[in-house]
Amino acid sequence: MKRRDFLKAAAGASALCGMGVAEARPNLEPAPQAVGMLFDSTLCVGCKACVAACKETNGMPPVADGDIDYYDSARDLSGDTLNVIKVYRDGSGATKDAVTNGFAFEKRSCMHCVDPGCVSVCPVTAMRRDPVTGIVTHHPDACIGCRNCMVGCPYNVPQYQYDKTFGQIAKCQMCNQAGVERISKGGMTACAEACPTGATLFGSREALLAEAKRRLALKPGEIYAYPLGDVRNPYRRHEKAAPAYMPHVWGEREAGGTNVLHIAAIPFDKLGMPPLGERSAASVAEGVQHALYSYFALPAIALAGLTYVVRRNTDKNDGGES
Amino acid sequence: MTSHDHFELLEQRLGISRRDFLKFCTGVAATMGLSTSEAMAMAEAVATPRKRPVVIWLHGQECTGPTESLLRGQHPSLERLILEMISLDYHQTLDAGAGHDVEAAKDASIAANKGQYLLVVEGSVPTKDGGIYCKIAGKTMLEHTREAAEHAAAIIAFGSCASWGGVQSVGPNPTEAKGVGAILAGKTVVNLPGCPPNPYNFLATVMHFLTFGTLPELDGEGRPKFAYGRLVHENCERRPHFDAGRFAKEFGDEGHRKGWCLYKLGCKGPETYANCPAVEFNDIGGGTWPVGVGHPCFGCAQEGVGFAKPLFSLAEVKTHTPPNAFPFIDDREGVSGMTAGAAAVAGAAIGAVVGASAVAASKLGKSEDEAKNSDSRD
Amino acid sequence: MSAYRPLGGRILTPTVIGLAALAALGFFFLAIRFISGMGAVTNLNGGYAWGIWVVYDVVVGTAFACGGYALAIAVYVLNKGQYHPLVRPALLASLLGYALGGFGAFFDMGRWWQFYNILLPWHWNFNSVMLEVGLCVMAYIVVLAIEFSPAFLERLGLRDIQRKLNKLLFLFIAIGVLLPTMHQSSLGSLLIAMGHKVHPLWQAMELMPLLAIVTAVTMGFSIVLFEGSMVTAGFKRPSETHLLSGLSRAITGLIVVYLVIRFGELLVRGKLGLVFAFDFAALMFWIETALFLVPLVVLSSPAKRDSGRALLIAAVSMLFAGALWRFNAYLITFNPGPGYSYFPSVPEIMVTVGIVAFEVLVYIVLVRLLPVLHDTRHA
Repeated sequence: MKRRDFLKAAAGASALCGMGVAEARPNLEPAPQAVGMLFDSTLCVGCKACVAACKETNGMPPVADGDIDYYDSARDLSGDTLNVIKVYRDGSGATKDAVTNGFAFEKRSCMHCVDPGCVSVCPVTAMRRDPVTGIVTHHPDACIGCRNCMVGCPYNVPQYQYDKTFGQIAKCQMCNQAGVERISKGGMTACAEACPTGATLFGSREALLAEAKRRLALKPGEIYAYPLGDVRNPYRRHEKAAPAYMPHVWGEREAGGTNVLHIAAIPFDKLGMPPLGERSAASVAEGVQHALYSYFALPAIALAGLTYVVRRNTDKNDGGES
Repeated sequence: MTSHDHFELLEQRLGISRRDFLKFCTGVAATMGLSTSEAMAMAEAVATPRKRPVVIWLHGQECTGPTESLLRGQHPSLERLILEMISLDYHQTLDAGAGHDVEAAKDASIAANKGQYLLVVEGSVPTKDGGIYCKIAGKTMLEHTREAAEHAAAIIAFGSCASWGGVQSVGPNPTEAKGVGAILAGKTVVNLPGCPPNPYNFLATVMHFLTFGTLPELDGEGRPKFAYGRLVHENCERRPHFDAGRFAKEFGDEGHRKGWCLYKLGCKGPETYANCPAVEFNDIGGGTWPVGVGHPCFGCAQEGVGFAKPLFSLAEVKTHTPPNAFPFIDDREGVSGMTAGAAAVAGAAIGAVVGASAVAASKLGKSEDEAKNSDSRD
Repeated sequence: MSAYRPLGGRILTPTVIGLAALAALGFFFLAIRFISGMGAVTNLNGGYAWGIWVVYDVVVGTAFACGGYALAIAVYVLNKGQYHPLVRPALLASLLGYALGGFGAFFDMGRWWQFYNILLPWHWNFNSVMLEVGLCVMAYIVVLAIEFSPAFLERLGLRDIQRKLNKLLFLFIAIGVLLPTMHQSSLGSLLIAMGHKVHPLWQAMELMPLLAIVTAVTMGFSIVLFEGSMVTAGFKRPSETHLLSGLSRAITGLIVVYLVIRFGELLVRGKLGLVFAFDFAALMFWIETALFLVPLVVLSSPAKRDSGRALLIAAVSMLFAGALWRFNAYLITFNPGPGYSYFPSVPEIMVTVGIVAFEVLVYIVLVRLLPVLHDTRHA
């Protein structure tokens, strides 16, 4: 092709690029009375009482392992499992909470993001963030099953029930979905209530974040009275020597932050956390979408222009007979 | 004398049938994780009359709980069995006599059986001020223990007090009470902690020694692995309730009445090594051990737990390396790999498109070449 | 007289029967999907929720169906009337591609019996790209049907209705240029929210819609070239190369625009190093880029641009390139996290193959029965 054409094309491309850099909206802020949970991997002993309590409270069936269907063999979140405990193992796996030749437990369930990707991408508002508590709930009566929430969740939390003819999306709703409503009735999540060691702690996001930071400030070996149940009003405390925590609270800021916070003695990428920055990807997508389609202004202008041009051209060509 | 004759004599001596006796030995062997043939060896050892090994039994700072627990065995009566198996030359509770004569008999027995007697110690040894806080016949327990240990073939510390000091050794410990092993430098001491300890652990250890001449395998704290190798938590019949999150929260509540896990009531099972849930107490069966009857374990056998931690404070759960069946971080549900069939079909589909295009392209090329040739010919 | 004529000829050829068999097999597996659930037919899982039914049938399939859109721009916006004869067959291909793409979106839905929720305004989430894609595609299928209806009306001899329709056609044509611009770019925007899961070599964030629309238009022109060439070769019609070669300028120009944006984004965001990483993603990037470059090479001279063979090779390469860009971003280099993998199952592939076979089948049948192809007796 001619050089002039190439330069024209390149210039056009650059101009389009300039237009393409749309303004992203900033990350959402935590809800005013955001509730959440704090999972402390160093307190978890892998008893899976939380998994059992979750299944019972949410009416989920056990996951079969081949023919064995009399106990739950959940290996990961699925259409039947909203909460699961996984183990990190290295080498001999002899020492708890050691990165090398050690093991540690990690809880996997909905992180109840402050800026939820699933809520942003759902076309029919089947995923909603409660404006007061920040709890992210799912509404199967609205859902069309497009599974955009699944690809839009950085943690792969929502799980579609592929094995059912009339499947639906399943995910933790902090035990507050219609028919369960533990939080609305003043209670706490089933997993926090069941946890014998206080590894899963319930409370307001603010109080839990403060508790997490308090623990990170402890010196390893320092005796601390760990609360159980609701951090704002624990039903008991138990004294234990603090471990050497990773100096980071997961969920404080990742992709806008989450209501379910994690602390651990193992680096979070080894515990299966995704590589996230501080911006939520959903906020960027919304920025692009609104820049282009806000009030339908740009499309309307484009349509007006196109209609004018096409009409003029079809008048020229015998009445637009196609 | 044949072995058959030995068993006949045993029947007469002990008043139990040979069958019951063999059942008993098999049971003891099973407790220690030994085989049926080893059980038979034990039975033979007991049945064969020979010079009965001497046992010297010392008492320090104790409540006589271990001896009492031993006396509760009934199947068969331990009292009879042990007193027929061994020559208990000195035992402050069971001896008929008392006073200096009994002490003299002890010294004579030790002298006569140097290197061959079994020393059992019950109770801890105070060490403050030269050990004057426990004296028998004018001599401190410290001296008695060291003297008796000097020429013993094996030393057994029976009960928590003898094993690690017991209740008196927990702060403030005004008498500086210590376990037997702590005051016998360089000697192997078999520790059988428990408050009271399970008599069958003692019985099994003694029978092992009598049969094979060696002590059972011990752990780093001198405890036989067959009895103290696992946590109470690992053998507990209420473990499924722990795993399922069913906890009694108050004595008498619904969970307590249903027999749920007592962890939240302070059960120290998760950090106490003992086999209480497996062998239970008092030979009654049916869950006769603390947790089984509804009270949390308080860790009586575990130094640092029993008497040291408050009864109802939460235990630290000692966890071991999780089994390979525990889901790993990267385990997923419902992921199937590529099959050869799928790869073939996908390849065929793409190939068909490419092929069809190639055929069409060559046809177009040919027809255009023909058109060009015919043009040039014109 | 109409400029178009039904092709006529025998309908039940071996090709048609073969296509019908493939279509029947595909629909059989689709029936199993509806009876036993998606897991019985697909290999979708928690990490790969979108498989080939979304990525091929909807995303790539509708990009392949952009012939009508691209020609509408060329003929009715840029006023290049010489391409007018190509419009109707392109519209048929577009209508079939979009209708079956929409059907694909439908049977991929996990709660398809509630699909009407996307039409209820009180459910609309205006933050969602998917909402716009769904509504826009549905509207565009209607517009395509209207734009193609003259072929039906002509065949049925309904001239009055046809004349009334022609008066309003300009409006539908204008809408038919706006709608694909919106949803084809949004099919790129869908990738933004997936964040880190899309490989950095493909995750262009705000530039995704731009890359998507540029490649879609290019694929639109390419599919016109492709289908025109296949019709010529397959039905043994006179060559249309003189008509098609003009489109090659648009294709090469747009490919340059695409390459500038693509490599510019990688350069400015410091990702060019990944191109030379010697890993699987880099390999796929090079294959994809090579496919984009082939048309530039093959159509580099006027002589080559007049060769039907070169045009077809360039078109096929561009179609593969655009398809591969989409496949790479959504599936092949997509990484939801360790432990996940996806390859479609045989039934899953056969459904897609069946849908494509059905599309080609209907195209062939309608081209024979309706006045779609332009009458070559016109000189």
